Amino acid sequence: MELTGAQALIKSLEMQRVEVMFGLPGGAILPVYDPILDSSIRHILVRHEQGAGHMAEGYAQVTGRPGVAIVTSGPGATNVVTPLANAYMDSTPLVVISGQVATAAIGTDAFQESDITGITMGVTKHNWLITDAADIPRVVAEAFHVATTGRPGPVLIDMPKDISNATMNWYWPELADLDLPGYHPVTVGDPSLVREAAELLLAAERPVLYVGGGVLKARAAEVLRELAERTGIPVVTTLMARGAFPDSHPLCLGMPGMHGNYTAVTAMQRSDLLFALGSRFDDRVTGKISAFAPEAKIVHVDIDPAEHNKVRRADVAIAGDCRLVIEELLVALGDLGLPHSEATAGHPGGSPSDASPGAASVPGTRAASFPRERLGPWRAQVSEWQHQFPLGYDRNPTGGALKPQFVLEQLRDATPDDTIVASGVGQHQMFASQWWQFDYPYTWVNSGGLGTMGFAVPAAIGAKVGRPDRMVWAVDGDGCFQMTAQELVTASSERIPVKIAILNNAYLGMVRQWQEMFYEERYSEVYLSPDLPDYVGWAESMGCVGLRVESPGEVGPAIDKANDIDDRPVVIDFRTDAFEKVYPMVAAGASNDDIVVDPAHGQGGR
Amino acid sequence: MSAYGVDRKHHILSVLVENKAGVLARVAGLFSRRGYNIFSLAVAPSDDERLSRITIVVDVESAPLEQIVKQLDKLIPVVAITELDPAFSRERELLLATVSVDTQTRGQVIQLVGVFEGKIVDVGFDRLTIMMAGAPSKVDDFEELIRVYGIVELQRTGRVALPMLDRSEGRSTSTVGGRALGLATSHSPTSHSGTSHSAASDHTEKAG
Repeated sequence: MELTGAQALIKSLEMQRVEVMFGLPGGAILPVYDPILDSSIRHILVRHEQGAGHMAEGYAQVTGRPGVAIVTSGPGATNVVTPLANAYMDSTPLVVISGQVATAAIGTDAFQESDITGITMGVTKHNWLITDAADIPRVVAEAFHVATTGRPGPVLIDMPKDISNATMNWYWPELADLDLPGYHPVTVGDPSLVREAAELLLAAERPVLYVGGGVLKARAAEVLRELAERTGIPVVTTLMARGAFPDSHPLCLGMPGMHGNYTAVTAMQRSDLLFALGSRFDDRVTGKISAFAPEAKIVHVDIDPAEHNKVRRADVAIAGDCRLVIEELLVALGDLGLPHSEATAGHPGGSPSDASPGAASVPGTRAASFPRERLGPWRAQVSEWQHQFPLGYDRNPTGGALKPQFVLEQLRDATPDDTIVASGVGQHQMFASQWWQFDYPYTWVNSGGLGTMGFAVPAAIGAKVGRPDRMVWAVDGDGCFQMTAQELVTASSERIPVKIAILNNAYLGMVRQWQEMFYEERYSEVYLSPDLPDYVGWAESMGCVGLRVESPGEVGPAIDKANDIDDRPVVIDFRTDAFEKVYPMVAAGASNDDIVVDPAHGQGGR
Repeated sequence: MSAYGVDRKHHILSVLVENKAGVLARVAGLFSRRGYNIFSLAVAPSDDERLSRITIVVDVESAPLEQIVKQLDKLIPVVAITELDPAFSRERELLLATVSVDTQTRGQVIQLVGVFEGKIVDVGFDRLTIMMAGAPSKVDDFEELIRVYGIVELQRTGRVALPMLDRSEGRSTSTVGGRALGLATSHSPTSHSGTSHSAASDHTEKAG
């Protein structure tokens, strides 16, 4: 069967069972847009290519399937560099197809030419410039394979216009036909290292499971829960792992890091064993690295061996897929005598006398006293911190100011438990991570590593496309919203009913917070105005319902109204307190021991 | 240690890569992006036409070296990385230099070239172009000695290296990758750090 390169590309995407792609056509990609008309793949026409990339990321994060974006050459391709960089930092599987000028014109500074494979080399897992139409099916298969296996990540396929117009004889490669001699991601952990890790885990007195985004990538939430419950070890979930372990679970300590809660941060600091699962000792988690968890031994499970010993030397470093390694670990723990169920896992700080029947049945072994007796004091200490230093904010502010945390609590309580929440970057992101209750995996979509403002709106749209059955809310800042709001036109025209909560404090709030705290209140270029633009008018002009909320009493009714609308996007402009800051906070470069809990609430700096 | 020498802390990475467009840019880009310093770099096709060999000399402590090796290994076109321990490998480098000579010094330079087993590759009225190959330290010495005559132009290739032939169970090299293409990488038990960066002794043999 003879096909054009363009037809072969679209057919290859169909062979990969792509159901939707996000894109915007242009000169060099024109030939590829013709067969889209005849394809089963849904194409969503974005208003800016950055939107296409973030939508594909949102789609990928909630479905676990690779997101696909398609753009033209030159500016179309450079506009998708930010989403590629974002996906690279957050290990999101993303396949971007870019048009390119004809091969004969490459290198001549042709119209809309850019060296996009060169530009994206540092922000993709790999990229390909196709120079022969016969390579198309193989390269597409390789691209999806690389994007989705090992540590997932973004890839780019650059498709010159003459290659799209050339013809080729159709074929579809087997996995064995792929030409990737240097690519062999590990999956299973080394059994002797897993055994060593299990022994450390059983010997620890103050262990913490330090869970990162890799657990979600590996679809390991269920086995993680089994591991936590069988061992009774408390769990912290990083910004990228919110939802990987239920916030409502008694063993869940929530988010650690710069704006993590006191207990999560301090439990890691005092720990004697940090069991890192798919987390990478990011500077926003560790604070000053030399002062981070000084007494802790480190077990580090990560599918990417380059993460081992990058920041903190591991005592046991296991290269492997988190789900498979946890499964191996559970077997190893069983072999070492750990009982299968821990009846009272749900009671942190349970007294030593409260021994489980499982433990009693294997008296005399070291594991018999584990974890109840061994971990009792630790869990008691942890719950004391939780009791002493809960998250807080001023619930009765003077002048009836609308607190962002209050908005989030109301939103959390008024929406279904499995609601998907997307966020941008800044104060609103931290408030959302702190105040939402994430009880299900894949319900939190945010830009963690790159910190891309403007991520929320397009990511929420992509998430809603991937999970049309779920309610999808974007929690956004006013600064972020202005960066990518035009994609609400896409959402309206494609009937994608996302809901946007703008926490409008009229500032680039996080920068403002740093200028207040570290630059003697010298506010430089952070004021945005609450009224310019008119968010309600803007939303309505884009085909959305626009609502404005100025006082706490209006919050509930507005959210209820938004929840009832299911045929178009809704934007709520919440006029929140401009002076609210995110606490707790570990200042940049400071030790996590110097965490500052909100001084306004009499809890003071530690 | 001469101007061109590196001390004992240097590491030689022999990197087998796919012979495809842009691969050198990926490797070089990785080094600059992650702030690693390349001391010298030599690239040439290997005996397998699908592969090229890049010999990179880096001058770092062992901890960053582990990162360099692992990050290199993540590049899709990188097939295998062999770290050659300078103490257990044969390093060679080639020098080409054009030297000013007059009737008095011409004979001295020719004598030096003879002592160092170099060659005169071009002769002019007041210049000689000479070639000399050898262990990098020897090349350093030679360069120092001819410098006094006046160097007009000088070019060194950067090092290439192969492991010393195994006469004992000495761990001269360690290899990452290389499972493809039937490259033999006899993995011995991993070190306590548990990385995939394990020791191997006869990495150069190819089964297929």
